[in-house]
Amino acid sequence: MNFTINVWRQNGPKERGGIATYKVSNISDDMSFLEMIDVLNEQLIIQDIEPVVFDHDCREGICGMCSMFINGEAHGPGRGVTTCQLHMREFKDGDTITIEPFRAKAFPIIKDLMVDRGSFDRIIQAGGYVSVNTSGNLPDANATPIEKQDADAAFDAATCIGCGACVATCKNASAMLFTSAKVSQLSLLPQGKIEASERVMNMVKQMDLEGFGNCTNTGACEVECPKGISIENIARMNREYLSASITSK
Amino acid sequence: MSKLNSNIPEGSLAEKWTKHKSKIPLVSPANKRQIDVIVVGTGLAGSSAAASLAELGYNVKAFCFQDSPRRAHSIAAQGGINAAKNYQNDGDSTFRLFYDTIKGGDYRSREANVHRLAEVSASIIDQCVAQGVPFAREYGGLLDNRSFGGVQVSRTFYAKGQTGQQLLLGAYSALSRQVAKGRVELLSRHEMVELVVVDGKSRGIIARNLVTGELERHSAHAVILCTGGYGNVFYLSTNAMGSNVTAAWKAHRKGAYIANPCFTQIHPTCIPVSGDSQSKLTLMSESLRNDGRIWVPKNAEDALAIREGKMKPTDLSEENRDYYLERRYPAFGNLVPRDVASRAAKERCDAGFGINKTGEAVYLDFSSAIKRFGTEAAHVKGIKTPSEDEIKRLGEKIVESKYGNLFQMYEKITAQNPYKTPMMIYPAVHYTMGGVWVDYNLMTTVPGLFALGEANFSDHGANRLGASALMQGLADGYFVAPYTVGTYLSQDITTGKISTDSPEFDEAESTARNRMEGFLNSKGNTPVEVFHRDLGKIMWSQCGMARNSEGLKKAIADIRILRDKFYSDVKVLGKIDEMNPELDKAGRVADFLELGELMCMDALAREESCGGHFREEFQSKEGEAVRKDDEFAFVAAWEFTENDPGKSKLHKEELTFENVELNTRSYK
Ligand SMILES: Cc1cc2nc3c(=O)[nH]c(=O)nc-3n(C[C@H](O)[C@H](O)[C@H](O)COP(=O)(O)OP(=O)(O)OC[C@H]3O[C@@H](n4cnc5c(N)ncnc54)[C@H](O)[C@@H]3O)c2cc1C
Ligand code: SF4
Ligand code: FES
Repeated sequence: MNFTINVWRQNGPKERGGIATYKVSNISDDMSFLEMIDVLNEQLIIQDIEPVVFDHDCREGICGMCSMFINGEAHGPGRGVTTCQLHMREFKDGDTITIEPFRAKAFPIIKDLMVDRGSFDRIIQAGGYVSVNTSGNLPDANATPIEKQDADAAFDAATCIGCGACVATCKNASAMLFTSAKVSQLSLLPQGKIEASERVMNMVKQMDLEGFGNCTNTGACEVECPKGISIENIARMNREYLSASITSK
Repeated sequence: MSKLNSNIPEGSLAEKWTKHKSKIPLVSPANKRQIDVIVVGTGLAGSSAAASLAELGYNVKAFCFQDSPRRAHSIAAQGGINAAKNYQNDGDSTFRLFYDTIKGGDYRSREANVHRLAEVSASIIDQCVAQGVPFAREYGGLLDNRSFGGVQVSRTFYAKGQTGQQLLLGAYSALSRQVAKGRVELLSRHEMVELVVVDGKSRGIIARNLVTGELERHSAHAVILCTGGYGNVFYLSTNAMGSNVTAAWKAHRKGAYIANPCFTQIHPTCIPVSGDSQSKLTLMSESLRNDGRIWVPKNAEDALAIREGKMKPTDLSEENRDYYLERRYPAFGNLVPRDVASRAAKERCDAGFGINKTGEAVYLDFSSAIKRFGTEAAHVKGIKTPSEDEIKRLGEKIVESKYGNLFQMYEKITAQNPYKTPMMIYPAVHYTMGGVWVDYNLMTTVPGLFALGEANFSDHGANRLGASALMQGLADGYFVAPYTVGTYLSQDITTGKISTDSPEFDEAESTARNRMEGFLNSKGNTPVEVFHRDLGKIMWSQCGMARNSEGLKKAIADIRILRDKFYSDVKVLGKIDEMNPELDKAGRVADFLELGELMCMDALAREESCGGHFREEFQSKEGEAVRKDDEFAFVAAWEFTENDPGKSKLHKEELTFENVELNTRSYK
């Protein structure tokens, strides 16, 4: 298969970027989207053009690095996939494909398709943990049974890979889905309940400080989330936040 | 003179660790604040070590090359983590976990280290649960377990097929908490490119800031490498794209020995290679072998018909299938250890029974499990005479609840539905048991330099059991290093800050700079990727699942030629003082080109078959591995000399077994 690739090129955070157009050929339908970019990059190097910079690592949908906005969609067409899990069989021979970085004020562009998502780390640092030391002198793991339903719901929320597709998709660039996933995971478990109020207040505060927008309930984040994180988590976080703000005053 | 002293404490096996801990000199909180520690890597080993040392009061700097510590390769681990909790009451114990690990490793690991690992394993689960790791639970609310290969108990804790993710996010949260307290400084998008040794001690690193390209100097009283495994020397592996040997190799060049580099784990259940531009292979968790059955057609004609697309696997009746693991190893069946399962798949495919276009694939079939689960579920629901469709539907639901994400992953990659047609799998490079040599305290041959997690060689001998890498990473980081690194640091309370303004730092920085400039100035014609791919082909064909003397010698010669060609013909664009991922990749591939040669030398020197190391010259009539304990019950620790991997010097650490009898590993 052959494609025309329109890709965002930007040399640095402060420089002006723009779309460059390249042709790429000899692509098979078994290839993943990132393998197609590998081929493109090898072709560019041979032509003395610097390869396109993009984030990637695991290439199996779990590290959350491969942030690409493909034909107007975070992680491209298809539900429940990251860019690295997208295969070229989803496209037609001769297609033109447009690739841009995840865009948000809180995700400044570093180079080409690579963005800085350090704001997500700082949201977690604000409270996305249980305050327990790693001493090893802890109660036996089975001392507190946890209802399977709660454990499963906590797990579902915990599967967020921190990719930022929710932010890139949201017209307000809100990080509510990401933040609420962590808040929910921990507040559903007895170990995390104890600090729940403080946690939600601090994480939301950090989210605002980082410059993420407000949530206006469009639900677009849930649709584009590769891990199917549900917006029920946002509702849960809003409830937690409300009750925390009442009790803290 | 050999520097190899394993420093194993005196006393009976079960007492060693407790006694050792009780004698450890303590460092007062005030003194800890004067001491700096560098942790390179933020996977399970690195995140847990950095968090624990920071909690104790040391000043920690944590480095990773990804944009966030949460993205370390540990995130991708699927199946589970072992611990000797004996919650299932099926006869598990610390000793049994110890014994299984020693035996699984084909008697090429240290008893004392492995026993300690088994001892601390239970605390890991307590720790993770307290952190909010959402492990799978049963309806009664207690933790669930599954079985993994090479053992006959159920001791594996899991979180669906995302156990590594959940454990890493737990360790990352502990690390984040220390970052928030200002106890850990996080340096992501930084790559260690040199180790700095001052007066024989490891005192810092040179790190490249991957965003600005700047070479930075960081000093510390101790440096801990938690940089993961080097499976990507094979180009295609289940490791993440960025996984590399650079940090370990730089340490090796500065005096850290590398042990058993040829011990590589080839994992039996991965999605087969589909084309030339493939960049990585995807693992299908070993947990699938709990319920999936592995087979190929009994008759070569059927295999051929399937390869040519004239027949479907579901067309073949039971009598025409060869469940070769169940046939050859009735006691363990589909749950034999990884090395055994991988070789058996290769044997069938080499004999012409492979079932995909390339002839290198076997089936992993869930139809029996679906039937069994479906029948059970129907029974529970009180359905008296369930139809076949009903059974299937109910069974598929249960399979989905256990392995849903893996099935989905498989379908996304292959566009085939594994509920309806058996999966196709083939062995692929997955894990490296070899690594930086460490003593009982996890210290390398360079004082003050430690290695944890997959980066060291310590616990898995010649073959690692499933779900034991996560256990080892967290054991090292949460429960071992905080004590043993502390012991070392107790000598450093009056040292004061280590200056980065020294000839040693100057030298290390200029070495790194010259190297990178060399790549940029080579002005050749061939992209880095091409050399990596070529190296991978050599390694896979000559130093993969089966090795022999002639092939290894040829591989060594070929690698040396490829390495020369790399330095004269590599093409890297851009500049040194800017973001330049191709330049970073060139550095990593250059190190793989040296490591590859050492691996082949190690494989050549080890004239026996053990674990993942199968020398064709040393096999029984039935094709089973033949170990030679009188000659090779040692750890092969290699010293880098004369600026040439080919001149590396072998040191032997004899292994003594006082608590287990060396048996031929039998899973029949
Ligand atoms: C697909 C897959 C599934 C697996 N499933 C299981 C399982 O179910 N159970 C099990 O027990 N094991 C499993 N394993 C093995 C296990 O995941 C790994 O062995 C383990 O996670 C390694 O952890 P680590 O902390 O040692 O290193 P990693 O997690 O590999 O972390 C390495 C860290 O080092 C950093 N780093 C590396 N080089 C440098 C450098 N030069 N400079 C700066 N930073 C550097 C990286 O940024 C990263 O943070 C699996 C492995 C794979 C590939
Ligand atoms: S909520 Fe979904 S889209 Fe947002 S960061 Fe997590 S996984 Fe990505
Ligand atoms: S590269 Fe890891 S999720 Fe895509």
